[in-house]
Amino acid sequence: MKLDAKIPAGSLEDKWRKYRSTVNLVAPNNKRRIEVIVVGTGLAGASAAASLGELGYHVKAFTFHDSPRRAHSIAAQGGINAAKNYSNDGDSVYRLFYDTVKGGDYRSREANVYRLAEVSVDIIDQCVAQGVPFAREYGGLLENRSFGGVQVSRTFYARGQTGQQLLIGAYQSLSRQISLGTVEMFNRHEMLDLVLIDGKARGIIARNLVTGKLERHAAHAVILATGGYGNVYYLSTNAMNCNVTAAWRAVQRGAMMANPCFTQIHPTCIPVSGAYQSKLTLMSESLRNDGRVWVPKKKEDVEGIRQGTLSPVDIKEEDRDYYLERRYPAFGNLVPRDVASRAAKQVCDDGFGVNKSGLAVYLDFASAIERYGKSQAHQQGLDSLDKNLVRKLGEKVVEQKYGNLFEMYEKITGTNPYKSPMMIYPAVHYTMGGLWVDYNLETNVPGLFALGECNFSDHGANRLGASALMQGLADGYFVIPYTIGPFLSGEIRTPAIKTDAPEFEEAENATRARLEKLMSIGGSRSVESFHRELGLIMWDYCGMSRNAEGLNTARQKIRALREEYWKDVFVPGSMDDYNPELEKAARVADFMELGELMIVDALNRNESCGGHFREEYQTPEGEALRDDANYTYVSVWDWKGDADPQLYKEELKFENIELKTRSYK
Amino acid sequence: MKLTLKIWRQKSAQTKGAFESYQVDANEHMSFLEMLDVLNEGLVEKRQEPVAFEHDCREGICGTCNLVINGRPHGPLPGTTTCQLHMRHFKEGETIVIEPYRAQAFPVIKDLVVDRSPLDRIIQSGGFISVNTGQAPDGNAIPIEKDVASRAFDAAACIGCGACVAACPNGSAMLFTSAKVSHLALLPQGEVEHNRRVVSMVHQMDKEGFGMCSNIKACEVECPKEISVTNIARMNRQYFSAMIGSDEK
Repeated sequence: MKLDAKIPAGSLEDKWRKYRSTVNLVAPNNKRRIEVIVVGTGLAGASAAASLGELGYHVKAFTFHDSPRRAHSIAAQGGINAAKNYSNDGDSVYRLFYDTVKGGDYRSREANVYRLAEVSVDIIDQCVAQGVPFAREYGGLLENRSFGGVQVSRTFYARGQTGQQLLIGAYQSLSRQISLGTVEMFNRHEMLDLVLIDGKARGIIARNLVTGKLERHAAHAVILATGGYGNVYYLSTNAMNCNVTAAWRAVQRGAMMANPCFTQIHPTCIPVSGAYQSKLTLMSESLRNDGRVWVPKKKEDVEGIRQGTLSPVDIKEEDRDYYLERRYPAFGNLVPRDVASRAAKQVCDDGFGVNKSGLAVYLDFASAIERYGKSQAHQQGLDSLDKNLVRKLGEKVVEQKYGNLFEMYEKITGTNPYKSPMMIYPAVHYTMGGLWVDYNLETNVPGLFALGECNFSDHGANRLGASALMQGLADGYFVIPYTIGPFLSGEIRTPAIKTDAPEFEEAENATRARLEKLMSIGGSRSVESFHRELGLIMWDYCGMSRNAEGLNTARQKIRALREEYWKDVFVPGSMDDYNPELEKAARVADFMELGELMIVDALNRNESCGGHFREEYQTPEGEALRDDANYTYVSVWDWKGDADPQLYKEELKFENIELKTRSYK
Repeated sequence: MKLTLKIWRQKSAQTKGAFESYQVDANEHMSFLEMLDVLNEGLVEKRQEPVAFEHDCREGICGTCNLVINGRPHGPLPGTTTCQLHMRHFKEGETIVIEPYRAQAFPVIKDLVVDRSPLDRIIQSGGFISVNTGQAPDGNAIPIEKDVASRAFDAAACIGCGACVAACPNGSAMLFTSAKVSHLALLPQGEVEHNRRVVSMVHQMDKEGFGMCSNIKACEVECPKEISVTNIARMNRQYFSAMIGSDEK
């Protein structure tokens, strides 16, 4: 099979503009007869469903949640990037494009990223018009802040709840279309199979999660906006119900996964506290604007802290190692996520971790509190030498900026981060890999599209902060309404797809057989215990750093675990009922296969780039060592079940950016 | 810490439910939902059906988790969702009563899971700004006063969990509805259609079987996002003024 990315001809700046002016359209009278299924109602799915509904298509939207307002986009805290250059600090579409390609360690597709940067400015306008209450200056205009890996302020935000406000905006637009009847909404429905007719995606099998009934839903095209697969690690910052099932069912039907091993480990999460833990909580990257990351320089101080005889505030300035500022003076605490995570792992591996498990570093706001406090005292004509006053004023400013995050930290850990530095450690956060798509966001299966985190297209080997929200909304609001045209314009003569076709019958039967099998095993172990074990294998061997030997071991372990799963899992309850254990069981079964593919991909990529760090390939200083001569390609995998997956390569051509070693020094 | 849990078990909306008691061994660092995970894993090990409860982000923002804990939606802490409530706020040997949200408009689906789709239908009846993708002017075209934007945000912080309804003896959804009415009406973008919006949303709220507001203010106390009842006052004011000039009966 030959993979065609369908990148339009012309200069980088002209590609999208020309494409939009020349792409095939569907006339309004035909749109009304064309049905589109959208699976997932996060930022990408809700914005796509709403926009396609506005255009006049008949849309059927699906979510496994009780409401389309719950998807995990809602938990994004920090912000959304856009090349507005409102800050007058040298930003531009090109610079956002450049930062994103560089931040992704040169493993993303130029044309897609440039388009993303171009439409970023429209997203902000759209969201403001919907009523998203972005942060504003006293003059009433929109405020910006900085995120990792960049030297401009281009991040728009709504306190620490940007994702929530953007999702509510998209949800409201979607609600409007539901009320107008252009979108038919299916809550509490989980997609369990993709239906292909004559090689085209024509529908899905969904399980009604309340009644347990399997339902057939047909359409002219299917859009997956089902998020990432970070929960393959069990512990991650993803919501509990995030899963790969919709995408993986598509893989079973012939869609291909691209760069599955590219996982983002976020540097600032609350450390693991015990074996019972179900998920990890992120502390927004925006905190690195003002927080300084450090560990003690002396081992005896580390010991004192671990035993509780010493408090971090007692450690003198000169005895602290602000290791990010030391190693990366140009970007300091705002280096990209992969770099910051690896640096934290290194100091902890060297024995400088500051909690009992040795897996935590400090994120300290004392100097920001002092700086802001002094500035406030100065502004208000108060005594800037009064330490207590300065502290009080400073804490107030920090509270305004990050209040809800500090509150969340205190709720979870029981310690007050205004008084003592936060403890943080990296955790799985985002998956850059996903379904392979071309410029149209269409997978290799005709009529099957993938948007948002679900696809692989824009972030290369590492995503920059505040870019996930940007991509989700770009794909849904501004890209798919155009790029679905080429496919659907060829379908205007296709009558409504019927669900009594034998392909639907086959898919429904296969799904039922699979669920029956899970219910009937009646083994001795809970789904949860398998998931936890899978997560540990993935984290230990395919996490922040990887090596060939470990990956080979992990592959054997996962295969054995998968075999045991299908022999020994126990799923209580019934199939014809509300049964969260069964939902979980089907999802974990898919994670077990995806995990193996991630390992195969990590083994194949004999280089270190972005979030993928192979220990064999590093510089003497421990920085990632890329191999552009041999690995400037997207790894696209055709899953073959128990046989070895087959690799296809999409060569990446860089015509506008020169490949360089990423340096944040 | 050893705890006794009295949990509401109900097979479906059609069957009768009852409390059942369970013993669980928790520790103070666990979140409330992690404590329920431990209980459920124990039940699965004993080949019993686990307690159905809803949850997702476990970061206090998605609004999926609910639960009435010792008579209070989201438990005893102010401004805290169930998923952010930690066991350090409970005592060794304590008995904890866990129930679903109880309101006429929220039928039980199973155990602690209820159907909150009426809230979605209230939003669908008008809780939006009618702007199509691509129609927007530049984001800075209309300056908005910082504290107006901030007040709109305070109302927009609602997570749609339904705690206000569960807290209200009348089962009223006034706090939820008024938060959306206020969020949009405070902003110049939403002001344009605010008369139509408030009338339509209030009528939908009544149609869904939610009760009336009698100024008890339990909703404000229990709201995990601390949404203020002043939003209800604003909505009432807007509703009356909209009805005076309206053709709707």
